[in-house]
Amino acid sequence: MSRAGRSVVFLFVLSWLVLVRPVVAEQPREPVVVGSKAFTESVILGEMLRQLATDAGSSATHRRQLGGTRVVWNALLSGEIDAYPEYTGTLVQEILASEGLSTVEQLSVALASRGIGMTPSLGFNNTYAIGMNAEQADRLGIHAISDLGGHPDLIFGFGNEFMDRADGWPGLQRRYRLPQTDVRGLDHDLAYRGLEAGTLDAIDLYSTDAEIAYYGLRALADDLGFFPDYHAVVIFRLDLVERAPAVVAAFRDLGGRIDATTMSALNARVKLDGLSEAAAAAGFLEAALGLEIDADTARQGWLQRLWQHTAEHLTLVAISLSAAILLAIPMGILAARQERIAHVVLGVAGVLQTIPSLAMFVFLIPLLGIGGPPAVAALFLYSLLPIIRNTYAGLKDIPAPIIESAVALGLPPNARLRIVELPLATRAILAGIKTSAVINVGTATLGALIGAGGYGQPILTGIRLDDMGLILQGAIPAAVLALFVQGLFEAIERRLLPRGLRLDTNVVAAGG
Amino acid sequence: MLELSQVSKCYGDHHALKSVDLAVMAGETVVLIGPSGCGKSTLLRLIIGLLQPDSGTVTFEGQALTPACLLEARRRMGYVIQEGGLFPHLTVRGNVTVMAGHLQRDGTWIEARLGDLADLVRLPRDLMDRYPAELSGGQRQRVSLMRALMLDPDLLLLDEPLGALDPMIRYQLQQELKSIFDELGKTVVMVTHDIAEAAHFGQRLVLLREGRVVQSGSLRSLAENPAEPFVEAFITAQREPMSRVAAVLQ
Repeated sequence: MSRAGRSVVFLFVLSWLVLVRPVVAEQPREPVVVGSKAFTESVILGEMLRQLATDAGSSATHRRQLGGTRVVWNALLSGEIDAYPEYTGTLVQEILASEGLSTVEQLSVALASRGIGMTPSLGFNNTYAIGMNAEQADRLGIHAISDLGGHPDLIFGFGNEFMDRADGWPGLQRRYRLPQTDVRGLDHDLAYRGLEAGTLDAIDLYSTDAEIAYYGLRALADDLGFFPDYHAVVIFRLDLVERAPAVVAAFRDLGGRIDATTMSALNARVKLDGLSEAAAAAGFLEAALGLEIDADTARQGWLQRLWQHTAEHLTLVAISLSAAILLAIPMGILAARQERIAHVVLGVAGVLQTIPSLAMFVFLIPLLGIGGPPAVAALFLYSLLPIIRNTYAGLKDIPAPIIESAVALGLPPNARLRIVELPLATRAILAGIKTSAVINVGTATLGALIGAGGYGQPILTGIRLDDMGLILQGAIPAAVLALFVQGLFEAIERRLLPRGLRLDTNVVAAGG
Repeated sequence: MLELSQVSKCYGDHHALKSVDLAVMAGETVVLIGPSGCGKSTLLRLIIGLLQPDSGTVTFEGQALTPACLLEARRRMGYVIQEGGLFPHLTVRGNVTVMAGHLQRDGTWIEARLGDLADLVRLPRDLMDRYPAELSGGQRQRVSLMRALMLDPDLLLLDEPLGALDPMIRYQLQQELKSIFDELGKTVVMVTHDIAEAAHFGQRLVLLREGRVVQSGSLRSLAENPAEPFVEAFITAQREPMSRVAAVLQ
């Protein structure tokens, strides 16, 4: 790497350490932290684990709906969470796919070598299935997956995980030699609505999904036995056994207690009856295990939630955006002065911009854990490019005669920058900051996928529960915040932009 | 007071200046003239240090100009360009006093100097808080001249200062500028392509062509003893249209 390149990387790292790291330093952690993935069954089970841990005498929190498998698994490995509900099929086919495991014993050994323990099956097998509208299936005479081979025009919509997993669509297509080409990836909870609306003909199901009965769906028989078992288990860090033996014992006791019908009913209570996950979990624990659960079901009022999400969202945006402004403007200035640095800086920031946000979050989890810090870091990185590029362009666009006049007057470079160049680039720099701010507010909603809270939280839950009201509780404030932030910087621009630059240059006084 | 010795400058393959020698006496007004691309503006930019010569030296007040001493030397020169080069975000006052302010000159001195200069260039004092966009082209050039004169420089460099103005205003400013130069008695190096303007201002004309000094002297000596056919052709090209005008009017 060139010297310019090294100094730029150094600047990136330094600014991270100085600007961002102190602000996002870790908050104190509860003794037991459980996690869950972003679908209802996982959240209910996660809630059960939290209540069991509390019942066993440990103070516990639940980091709910943490995006996909990779996010939760990495969080478990790094110690951000202590336990979460998982499925044996996912562990064997996806997380540890390269190890070629076939038995539960082999799986236990493989997990133990990573410091992870596993409870016995909770009592149900939530395998994948392919589902169709029952009436349509009858009309086409489809009962099993192999019957799909005769209908190449059917449109499939699969959850994003299912699309890519070895035990998902790629494997299924190979095994059954399925001819369909119109296959779309989408959120699992949205797939049901696509099926109901008739835009999709077949989707992937989890066999305990509450919607199967509700929408009158048929789960097609897996006649070639493609889908492996997906027994629900709890996996936990082995160090938890020493830290909170009673908690681990309680998790193990849950083994065999939940059958498929029970789980399906619990899912239905939350998704169809609108019960909170905490209440559904508490109801089960009280009825099945005779525990007395203080379910903590007193839900906050929506105003309180709005306030909390606003505070979280603003924190994410304010820290990441101010850090980005503080770093990006000097970098833009540096780039405008040194063409070599410009190549490196704009290149690095451009590449950062192209990394998809969820991928960026996953990269950052091993370094920063889950929650606020990786979200702030990702938003910080995304906010750099527009500001750097606009600062650079704003300075480069100043007409040469004006720069030369400043040089000819004898102004030294720093005074030139302060008195002439930065004021003339103000409009461009502020435009860059505005762009960054709007992107930042929007992208921050994805922070909810890694437990950073904010307006993404109600949006994510709303999508999961098919609750438009909940989605709007996140979407509307996020839009309002974006407009507000933009307005704020426009007001700043009005104050900061020199009056001479706001004049219409065509209106010229007469006379010589 | 100013001496260029064997100065050359290339832009890539193009030789903008080839071994130019030029000496300017204190109090003298020298006009650099020649067709477009002859190197006259490049010469001026070498003196103010916007460009560095590839070879040769520029000596100003007995000191060879190097990057180290340029900043200080520039403050003893004033530079005016065609479009004025005014800072659009600063008022007339801001433009004229920017350097004095940076050098932390006394506030009362600055204000007094500003008033004197406005009187000198005949710019109404109530325009001091206008922005360049609110001024006419002629007014902008007057402000540019005020800015160049603010620190009372020893040498004034003007690069086609009236080139962008319409003919009437240009004529009027030519008269005024000449009387200002006479009043101040400063050393002036000016670039123009207009031979009538050159004759109006210059005691001495320096005619350049393709990066070389072709001939130097008064207009009369250039016209009577042209060093080469180009000198005669250059003068004739600008003289003919005028004599046609004169013929029609007779």
